[in-house]
Amino acid sequence: MLNPAILALLMVSVLVSTMLLVAAAFAFRILRHWDIQSGSELQLRLERRTYLVSTLLIWAFTFEFLSLLLFIYNAEALSGQFVGAMCATGVLNLNPWGWPTLFLKITLFFVAAIWLLLNYLDNRGYDYPLIRFKYALLLLALPLVVAETIVQWLHFTEMEPNLITSCCGTLFSADAQGVSAEVSGIAPANSILALAISGIVVIAAGVWVAMRGTSGWLLSITGAAAFVIALMAIISSISLYIYEHPHHHCPFCILKQGHGYVGYFLYIPLFLATALSLSAGFVSPWRKIVSLSQTVADVLPVISWLALFFFLQFYLTSAWSIWSSRLTMMEVWW
Amino acid sequence: MIALLRKQRYFIDYTLGTMMRHKGKSLGLLSVYTLIIFMLASVMLFSHAMRSEAVALLANSPEIVVQRIQAGRSVMVPADYLQRIGKLRGVTEKRGRLWGYYYDPAVKANYTVMASEQDQLSITDIVIGEGIARTRGLSIGDYLTLRSHQGKAFSFRVLRLLESDSELISSDLLLMNPQGYRQLFGLDESLYTDLVLSVRNPREIQKIAEKLTRLLPDSRPILRSEILRTYESLFSWRQGVMLILLLGSVLAFVIFAWDKASGLSAEERKEIGILKAVGWETGEVMRMKFWEGVIISLMAFLIGYLAAYLHVFYTSAGLFEPVLKGWSVLYPRFQLTPSVDGLQLATLFFFTVLPYTLATIVPVWRTSITDPDLVMR
Amino acid sequence: MLIELTDVRKAFNQGKPNEFWAIQGITTQFEVNRISCLKGASGSGKTTLMSMIGCLSRPTSGRIRLQDRTISSLPERFLTQIRRHTFGFIFQRFNLIPGLSVVENIMLPAYPLGLKASRLRGRAERLLEQFLLADKASNPVEWLSGGEAQRVAICRALINDPQILIADEPTANLDSRLSREFMALLDQLSKAGKTVLISSHDPVVFDSPCVDRVVELEDGLMVAGER
Ligand SMILES: Nc1ncnc2c1ncn2[C@@H]1O[C@H](COP(=O)(O)OP(=O)(O)O)[C@@H](O)[C@H]1O
Ligand SMILES: [Mg+2]
Repeated sequence: MLNPAILALLMVSVLVSTMLLVAAAFAFRILRHWDIQSGSELQLRLERRTYLVSTLLIWAFTFEFLSLLLFIYNAEALSGQFVGAMCATGVLNLNPWGWPTLFLKITLFFVAAIWLLLNYLDNRGYDYPLIRFKYALLLLALPLVVAETIVQWLHFTEMEPNLITSCCGTLFSADAQGVSAEVSGIAPANSILALAISGIVVIAAGVWVAMRGTSGWLLSITGAAAFVIALMAIISSISLYIYEHPHHHCPFCILKQGHGYVGYFLYIPLFLATALSLSAGFVSPWRKIVSLSQTVADVLPVISWLALFFFLQFYLTSAWSIWSSRLTMMEVWW
Repeated sequence: MIALLRKQRYFIDYTLGTMMRHKGKSLGLLSVYTLIIFMLASVMLFSHAMRSEAVALLANSPEIVVQRIQAGRSVMVPADYLQRIGKLRGVTEKRGRLWGYYYDPAVKANYTVMASEQDQLSITDIVIGEGIARTRGLSIGDYLTLRSHQGKAFSFRVLRLLESDSELISSDLLLMNPQGYRQLFGLDESLYTDLVLSVRNPREIQKIAEKLTRLLPDSRPILRSEILRTYESLFSWRQGVMLILLLGSVLAFVIFAWDKASGLSAEERKEIGILKAVGWETGEVMRMKFWEGVIISLMAFLIGYLAAYLHVFYTSAGLFEPVLKGWSVLYPRFQLTPSVDGLQLATLFFFTVLPYTLATIVPVWRTSITDPDLVMR
Repeated sequence: MLIELTDVRKAFNQGKPNEFWAIQGITTQFEVNRISCLKGASGSGKTTLMSMIGCLSRPTSGRIRLQDRTISSLPERFLTQIRRHTFGFIFQRFNLIPGLSVVENIMLPAYPLGLKASRLRGRAERLLEQFLLADKASNPVEWLSGGEAQRVAICRALINDPQILIADEPTANLDSRLSREFMALLDQLSKAGKTVLISSHDPVVFDSPCVDRVVELEDGLMVAGER
């Protein structure tokens, strides 16, 4: 498949991997030689180089994030070229690499958000207290980036134009097998109830963390749970209301123009909110470090309020899609 | 927060001033950058527009075309096949079509000849596309003489010219009366070129195609959706090939940008040294340079894309004409329908702004780490 | 604001064959509200020492304290933050950016602070008035005479209202009359509460009556001026 968007995605992933490899080589040097107390030229060189490496990483992660958007958008656009593909699901189903690529990209998005926030914090502590921790974390992220590059490469190169694929109708159907089917099979009433409860819990936790300025992990855990429940709710019920069809469970078709691109208004706030909540747990533990306590006290409430803002936006959009839908689920509700 | 924004504004002001002071350098970079974006955007807009034309054209064509295959080659379809198909559930209309090509030695070109029923043409009337009218110098009321299969000359009167939004396909088209068609090509009443079936519900198309192959074992049903799919992948493939060809120039641009960003004059280097000495921090110098990149990229992107848009949609991709003209003598003087696509914009961004940004990171960093006490020596 | 140096050393090209120790262990203090002068031959390490005190570079070993804050182990990012609130610099060459106007040059050090534009402008204009440059505010700096350029450099050093002024051979490009005028200006500033640290091998400077203390450097070591 030689399509411009695919070429762009492959190029980006190769470039990002290269950037991370460079950064990882630097990370090793930091872990071995970093000594903030020393004024030696080696230390001064390392300090200067941190500017380069963190700039590289900020860009790498920004591109990675854009490539997640492009990947999904492109999968949607490609669906016209394969027999049986109606939306991104069909394209991701084309070969065993489609879904892993998507999941890796999503994981990387969260890892990147956490890393960038740690980097921000670290640059605000006058003795760079997190520098070893953040570069160690980077070494853990490297395999993910490389894996994503390889898997995406396989996904795009093994796309046979004459393959017949199966799409959302089969994958997200209550009668099929597997996780996707089970999620689709959840009764809408239950999933909406779970969504409402998780929403209340995460907002309560967020307000608590924001007001108290401590225990960010509370927001991380509830945020992660709210994320999973929200995805399940989208598949099992919200999508039904958007499609106004009692059995169409696809999480991708809502991204189509036909549905006013409402999917983007659901997913982007949800992902941002989740990334912020997860980061909150990585911020609050540093409260006890002298050089960071002020920054943590300043940053944690901001993160928490922002997370809440995006969660709220997600919940309101969901509520609105259900409210304005012409689908009435008599047999399900009563 | 407000202080942070104000700070960025000062950086932007400062970098704008710097760019104005080094006009030659900024303009050089900007024009090369713009040119690259212009070329890539032209190619993308052009092929995207061509694809849209083709898809728009297919939108009006029948859902299923049935050809007859004999010894592996497609041949004329007997009219009684229409009866043999009979009444299929879901088929709203079925009819035979007559069409083919006519080679005109006078202009050394092929016309696409079609029999048209809805135009109510008399046996000596024809309707022609702009391309034919241009190359043969014909206007309404003029006569066009074609040689029949037996060598006899038939004269047809041009009733009107085909006007179409997309001249791309109608350019070489010649419409005539079905009777006239049969006489010109010596085809008897019992044959058609192919059959077309209209199907209302897209879900039934596959089923109907299966039934057709059972009813008429020597036929080959061609589905519109299949053609569309082929077009889609063909066009995106073509775009990809062109992009790969242009990647060389992107690479050259990257090297150029790298060189520009790292080749600082002594004066510029000193300027950075002064900034550092009076209290700017490495990160802040990088931020200032980042804004420079943003401004240059934004301007290049806007100007380049706009120019490409005008080039493709208002001058009909005039610069590509010499290349495309090789396609056919009856080169259509087409007006493409403007269309912009988000995916395409994003792709263009990834192919231009991303390489530029990457190319400048290291030089910018090198500049920014200038020792603050350098100006004291 | 007290500046305290403890066994400060600075090496260049550390670990290479051309390793060079420009400062070889200096322990002393500089007091607030005084004019102190570093005296020494060219190459004796005056500039190197002042750049470490002024947070422009870090000592290879030893400790520098500013009031009660150790600055010798701070990374550049934080050194700069301290520097731009605490120090104003006047260099041997005036180091104004050509192409910018006088007032733009003066405002440069304040940009990273993100002050309100009108406030920043007001500050710059007040300084220009104080140093009799008000009518030159929008001239390009290329048009200035040596003395004017020096005064613009002083305005730039004062824009963030620093407590300590550092001047590295400020009179090297001035004739003796202008040099004396410059010293008078420094005296004014010192009376207004600034601490001044000046390096020079010009007798007009270190023999000036307004200098409170002269420290003599030789090959990176203090040879006189200990109290
Ligand atoms: N970046 C550097 N690399 C190597 N040597 C340097 C560097 N900067 C200064 N030196 C050396 O350090 C010594 C002291 O320099 P400096 O402090 O500028 O002296 P002064 O200001 O008293 O003339 C000089 O011998 C000079 O050559
Ligand atoms: Mg000197």
